[in-house]
Amino acid sequence: MTMETPLAEARGPGAAHAGGHHWGVERATSVATLALLVWLAVSLMRLPSLDQQMVSQWLRAPLAAVPMLLLIVAMFRHLRDGLIMVVEDYVHEEGNRLMCLLLINFAAVFVGALALFSVLRMAFGEAPRTP
Amino acid sequence: MHRNEARPLSPHLTIWKWGPHMLVSILHRVTGTGLAILGAGLFTWWLYAAAEGTEAYAAFTSWAMWKWSLIVWVGLTWALFQHTLSGLRHFVMDIGAGYELHTNKAWSLIVMVLAVLLTALLWYYILVWRVA
Repeated sequence: MTMETPLAEARGPGAAHAGGHHWGVERATSVATLALLVWLAVSLMRLPSLDQQMVSQWLRAPLAAVPMLLLIVAMFRHLRDGLIMVVEDYVHEEGNRLMCLLLINFAAVFVGALALFSVLRMAFGEAPRTP
Repeated sequence: MHRNEARPLSPHLTIWKWGPHMLVSILHRVTGTGLAILGAGLFTWWLYAAAEGTEAYAAFTSWAMWKWSLIVWVGLTWALFQHTLSGLRHFVMDIGAGYELHTNKAWSLIVMVLAVLLTALLWYYILVWRVA
């Protein structure tokens, strides 16, 4: 028994003519997130300490800030897609479902933007406020 | 989705005998949801605090080093290992392999055991070798 759908039928399936895209993005972002998380773990272990000065100093380097920004983009896209899939599968009532989807989109964009901004702020080296 | 309440639903979850493949499947979603909310939240708090300054960073670290927070960290690292290994299992199944009953059961069990083992190993390393 073959479980594969012929490619001709899988492309642009159904009335929506879409569906494969979401699947592909989820896999692509999962690979990117995994690779960048390994990079982050190794980088943090190599730092002599993890205090505020050290972390913010480290993120001023382009080769630290850029992978960190990419990690945030990949990770938040992946977690947004994943949460949306869970809600689509388990929240059946139309109104609840729309509210949940809207909430997930807003929260993922807001928290993701906050993370991106924080990294940029350290990367462009605004002097940290010390009391 | 609208459903005619007069019509019966076919019973599904409640009538099946639980197997490792079902557990690994729902764990993928549970750990994914936990990592998405708690994991990404703490990750962002860490970055925000580091950008904000020493005072905000001290607030983060004092929570992070609190003894009861250890439960959260151990839970999150287990969730990350479980979700990652289970995700790799999905990649294997994406190429159409590993659907035979025995193979599927074996890999489901291996994923779950390995996730617990890696978590234990990591925290043994952190608590015994790094802290001590």
